[in-house]
Amino acid sequence: MFELDGLLSGLYKIISDWFISHDIPVVWLDLLVMLFAAAAVIAALLLTALFLVWWERKISAHIQDRLGPMRTGPHGVLQTIADAIKLLQKEDIVPDAADKKVYFWAPVVAFVAAFLAYIVMPFGKGLIARDLNIGIVYIVAITSFTVISLLMAGWASNNKYALLGGMRSAAQIVSYEVPLTISLLGSVMLAGSLSMVDIVEAQGPYFWRWYWLPQILGFGIYFVSATAEANRTPFDLPEAEQELVAGFNIEYSGMKFAMFFLAEFINAFTISAVATTLFLGGWQPPLPGLAFVPSWIWFLAKTLFLVFVLMWFRWTYPRLRVDQLMDFAWKFLLPLAFVNLVLTGLGVYFFN
Amino acid sequence: MIDTERQNLRDEEFLINMGPQHPSTHGVLRLMLKMEGEFIRGITPHVGYLHRSIEKIAENRTYNQFTPFTDRIDYCASMPSNLAWATAVEKLAGIEVPERAEYIRVIMVELNRIASHLIWLGTMSLDLGAVTPFLYAFREREWILDLFEMTCGQRLTYHYIRIGGVSRDIPPEFEKSCRAFIKDFRTRVDDYEAILTENPIFLGRTRGIGILPLGLAKDLGASGPTIRGSNYPWDIRRAEPYSVYNKFDFEIPTGKNGDVWDRYIVRIREFRQSCRIIEQALDGLPEGDMIRAKMPAVLRPPAGEVFSRIEAPRGEMGYYIVSNGDKKPYRVKIRTASYGNLQTLAPMSLGWKIADLVAIFGSIDVILPEVDR
Repeated sequence: MFELDGLLSGLYKIISDWFISHDIPVVWLDLLVMLFAAAAVIAALLLTALFLVWWERKISAHIQDRLGPMRTGPHGVLQTIADAIKLLQKEDIVPDAADKKVYFWAPVVAFVAAFLAYIVMPFGKGLIARDLNIGIVYIVAITSFTVISLLMAGWASNNKYALLGGMRSAAQIVSYEVPLTISLLGSVMLAGSLSMVDIVEAQGPYFWRWYWLPQILGFGIYFVSATAEANRTPFDLPEAEQELVAGFNIEYSGMKFAMFFLAEFINAFTISAVATTLFLGGWQPPLPGLAFVPSWIWFLAKTLFLVFVLMWFRWTYPRLRVDQLMDFAWKFLLPLAFVNLVLTGLGVYFFN
Repeated sequence: MIDTERQNLRDEEFLINMGPQHPSTHGVLRLMLKMEGEFIRGITPHVGYLHRSIEKIAENRTYNQFTPFTDRIDYCASMPSNLAWATAVEKLAGIEVPERAEYIRVIMVELNRIASHLIWLGTMSLDLGAVTPFLYAFREREWILDLFEMTCGQRLTYHYIRIGGVSRDIPPEFEKSCRAFIKDFRTRVDDYEAILTENPIFLGRTRGIGILPLGLAKDLGASGPTIRGSNYPWDIRRAEPYSVYNKFDFEIPTGKNGDVWDRYIVRIREFRQSCRIIEQALDGLPEGDMIRAKMPAVLRPPAGEVFSRIEAPRGEMGYYIVSNGDKKPYRVKIRTASYGNLQTLAPMSLGWKIADLVAIFGSIDVILPEVDR
């Protein structure tokens, strides 16, 4: 019921029959399907980003005893759309002394990289654009594109605050990449596969068999490192408002700023989605009896819950200092990630 | 060849202009920072962006006309500014203030101290990246502003404490609302402590950062919570009691090491002490309707000079008045706490990171109109 994969494969079958009956090579259909998948993923993500901006404002408001946006639409749901339209109309300012080409491409890199991770994201049963056999490695590789865009933005703006922000982000993201990747290996070892679909299916529809329980350490390390990777409080040093005004995006205005902004929210969604896939059973229902709820709803629910936790962090904690941040990554998270890896290895060796 | 290349690649100190428009300079302070990467190697504060020549204005106003200007010296704590001016002129002219008025003054000043510290708490936690305490602090401040509005009709620049007393009596519903506020506020302070005091990130950002040695603090004229954080119980309310402060029982919280956390905890404890003082003042509030001393329509204090100081939320605030017997003062010099406290910023922050500078600046609670006047 409401499972989208059956609907989609049915559609595919009808259209491919039509292609065959008209003697058109099926490779064209495959190309069309790819385009359709890309368009669907981008549209869904843009909507998600718009929703997340509104959701974050609402959550922060309720944590802080406020109401948040209330005027545009019921409970302000249209607020982000209004903001995006406003940003579209803004003048696109390029500082005179900026490195124009790099300045232009930085938000594009951020924006595109944010979307690329979703190629291998299993949104639901059969709902995946491409099931790469190296799925999780691909995600780790793609998400580190962010650092390039932030460094580009920080450097090209020719602003000292932006440069400091860019440098901070480079140091931070590269450092946290290491414990993050190692913490993911635990789940990979348990599932015995790098493919996102295989990892989800290996976890099965019982919530106590999902990898958060055997990988509780890995889950924690991953979530903390990923928070740092996505530049969210308490690790939002690259754009620390009170120190660096706005950090790397200080000179950006209009739609370029909006691209950074939306990319940030998509990244927050990405890290939650990866955590859902690897540790919370992806689209699997918590109990087999709950399978009547479509798989993509389970995926969304778990991911949005993790996004909520991220936002909860953000509106509760102060910000770390740059050296404390580094200490935390190298002296605490990394050894812990190795311990987790060794323990998982022993566990797999003895219990399998 | 290698040498010249290395020379081209050498590290450079660079100047950053922090302010006058910057989210955490709390107004229009401008700091020229000499940075080596994230480290601060030199600080030059530039003040004067908010200079309104209030001291000169005083020479062209009668004593009563000048009172509203004192509101604008420290707009986060107008009541103490009013009180400092009023006590100085009363000392100069030998005016006896009715006791009820003194009690009302103490209540108002302590409420304003809480309100001012709340702004400090909010902005300092904002500087450290915690946004939520900021809105919590402003929520509580709102109640205090309602109390003030109920009393004098104003929410920011009160012009309530006048020479010789206060402008009007407190309304009948004030006491109940004030007591309810104190009761509620005590639990709120516990909330702030729960969210900040023992938070490991907060401790990491404040413990051992920006240590102010007592000797240096004395040399630079620091006062208020800034010097009390360096383990020196210097409080004018106790050292040179003015108004009716000698009738109240309260403690002077001090810190141990003089770091950011000590200055933070001093102010948090002052919240509780202010609550105690307000409760005692409400209990001991004398009956009657005398709230202002009988004074001539135009006040002409005898020739002479006077210095009088009070403990404002940010520290010692004093007025030095020279009178030549005219209806206008001959010269007024205002000693404000923020100016002395601001001077401690540069020696405290050298060698720390830019993120610490923001924390240290937040912890000394400087307000710029007070620095520039």
